[in-house]
Amino acid sequence: MKPYGIAAGLAAGLSLLSVNSAFAVTEISWWHAMGGALGETVNEIATNFNASQDEIVLTPVFKGTYEETLTAGIAAFRAGEQPNILQVFDAGAATVIGAKGAVKPVQDLLEDAGASFDIEDYISGVRYFYADSHGKMIGMPFNSSAPIMYYNEEALEKAGVEAPKTWEEFEQIAPKLKQAGYIPLVQSHLTWEFTENFFSRHNLPFATNNNGYDGAEGTKLLVNTDGLKMMFAKLAAWKEDGHFEWYGTGWGDNQTPFEQGKVALWVGSSGSFGGLTKSATMPFGAVPLPYWEAIAGEDGYQSFIGGAALFAMAGKSEEENKATAKFFEYLTSPDVQLMWHKSTGYVPVTNAAYELAKQQGYYEETPQAEIGIQQLNMKAGEWTRGYRMGFYVQIRDVMNREYGKLFTGETTVDEAFKTIEAEGNQLLERFAKTGS
Amino acid sequence: MDKVRFGHSIVPYLFLLPQMAVVAVFFYLPAGEAVRSSFFLEDPFGFSSTFVGLDNYADVLSSTEYRRVAIFTVWFTVLVALFALAIALLLAVKADTVLRGAKTYRTLLMWVYAIAPPVAGLLGILLFDQHVGPFVDIASWFGWNLRIGVNYYDTAFAMIATAVWYQVAVNFIFFLSGLQSIPRAVREAALIDCRSGLRRFFTVTLPLLTPTAFFLLVINVTYALFDTFGLIDLMTKNEPGNNPVTLVYKVFLDGFRGNDLGGSSAQSVILMIVVFALTLVQFRFMERRVHYA
Repeated sequence: MKPYGIAAGLAAGLSLLSVNSAFAVTEISWWHAMGGALGETVNEIATNFNASQDEIVLTPVFKGTYEETLTAGIAAFRAGEQPNILQVFDAGAATVIGAKGAVKPVQDLLEDAGASFDIEDYISGVRYFYADSHGKMIGMPFNSSAPIMYYNEEALEKAGVEAPKTWEEFEQIAPKLKQAGYIPLVQSHLTWEFTENFFSRHNLPFATNNNGYDGAEGTKLLVNTDGLKMMFAKLAAWKEDGHFEWYGTGWGDNQTPFEQGKVALWVGSSGSFGGLTKSATMPFGAVPLPYWEAIAGEDGYQSFIGGAALFAMAGKSEEENKATAKFFEYLTSPDVQLMWHKSTGYVPVTNAAYELAKQQGYYEETPQAEIGIQQLNMKAGEWTRGYRMGFYVQIRDVMNREYGKLFTGETTVDEAFKTIEAEGNQLLERFAKTGS
Repeated sequence: MDKVRFGHSIVPYLFLLPQMAVVAVFFYLPAGEAVRSSFFLEDPFGFSSTFVGLDNYADVLSSTEYRRVAIFTVWFTVLVALFALAIALLLAVKADTVLRGAKTYRTLLMWVYAIAPPVAGLLGILLFDQHVGPFVDIASWFGWNLRIGVNYYDTAFAMIATAVWYQVAVNFIFFLSGLQSIPRAVREAALIDCRSGLRRFFTVTLPLLTPTAFFLLVINVTYALFDTFGLIDLMTKNEPGNNPVTLVYKVFLDGFRGNDLGGSSAQSVILMIVVFALTLVQFRFMERRVHYA
């Protein structure tokens, strides 16, 4: 009789446990790519959210780099083990949005859960990047950043110049900065800062098919064009004159000399601000990413957002989706956005949070922190909402490879862009075939 | 009489089963899947796919970038195997003749082997870092502006140097034990016949070492082709850019970083064929020269 007793007890215990987890709390998971200090802030948000209510338990899991997180999410989806929330970066957006049925559009998710949703609540520059061609928001913009220019205050003072607003102005001051003993210009991401955002800052088309939003079929890159080629011809010439230096494709390798005070101007991310305050050895300020007055006219246009968005994965129960919607509501509330903005330097994604930051006088103490959001709120144009291209990670890799060859003298501007166009279009064509 | 010899028992097959199951699950199944998906272009989430025949192979083989990676892989493999074997052999021969403090020397030469490959990669990065690497400073004394991550050939140099450094320890252990298994009588006989140490080495020691050397050649080629993956991953810092990469790393880049399953499957099938051919060559042509004592 004894074994039966144990079995019965076990069964009762198990059913009790399952009753508990089914009715008391809904567990949801969030896979992200935020390492280091950013990861700690993510964990803090999750802890605060869990403490703010007792129906939902959110577990954040760090999955490595952006690419690794996306790949892990895809593999898990194929095995039916996907998380509720997956963080996907700008260049991977086309992969998840292109796969119909992989994610539940965040707009539907929130509306189904009875939450209010108005796309106009989001600041202008982040609104449509993760939306479909009809303007429906698919991914919830999370860590959003803009490429901005940081300047070394000591360097500018020594050279007796102001931070440049346009690239024309930069050409004027570069010799003076060099004379003062500084490397005038360094950047950390040639594809995001000098290619993708070149198109948005100047309101130029990046790809056919409405920058790729109208579908993968027949989308072609418009990179082999005069504007962009001029930008890189200039960069190559500046490097020749000692006005620009390139330390390889790695982000940090280019940021380090700026932190060490050897560089006058560094184009980084608005999200770099939090880290720089700790690592920079000199006082620094920030200005928006310069543009060519000759192309954009009087003022530049807003930039594309960088960073990543949160996607609600498909195939989850209604109850879990409701819990996910609850978390998204919490995440976009002004207080949480402000905390995220302040501790990381990423921009707040809603107008309400931006207003709150202004009210609290945050930008009076730290004006550098406002540059990114100001840039995302600049005038919009036909080509500034974003781009959508499949296999874009490889296209970026092709660009980086050719840019590297350009700056080490292995290729010319004409050859480089011919190669990028040819290989990029081949990748786009291949991607179009994966969807049909 | 025949019947008495062996009963046809299934027991030995049962003993084989676990091993065969492991091979099937972890090799034949994935290999078959790779062959299948190399004929398709598939949406990474698995919703849809298009049969494209041999297009993936055509795309790969006609790509100039793939050719560049393949050429680098050949150079990388040859140089890593050559230097790792040559340096280890030299060290082993010298360490073998050391009488005083032999154990200390040997331990010092071997202990790199105890480092985990990712740690070795990290050490490589630190030593060669553009901004803080001591090797960069040393190179600049000789007027060499060593720039890892910027200059293709400098990066290749750092990768080869780190890969060789790590593998020397392994080779050293095998060469040393190979040398110690050469009978003392043979060496002494050689000593009487020939005064030149160099000649004795090439006519007596080396031929007797060939079984070890052949084994190590196979191991080193495999190491350079496949096991250097982690090192390359660390040294390119997740941004391939214009850095040199090997064929295996390219399979990873396209498949896992870029989610191009068809293209990367075609590449891994090509790699599978290459390795198969290489193994055949090694065993059919090179092993003939090996002298098993």
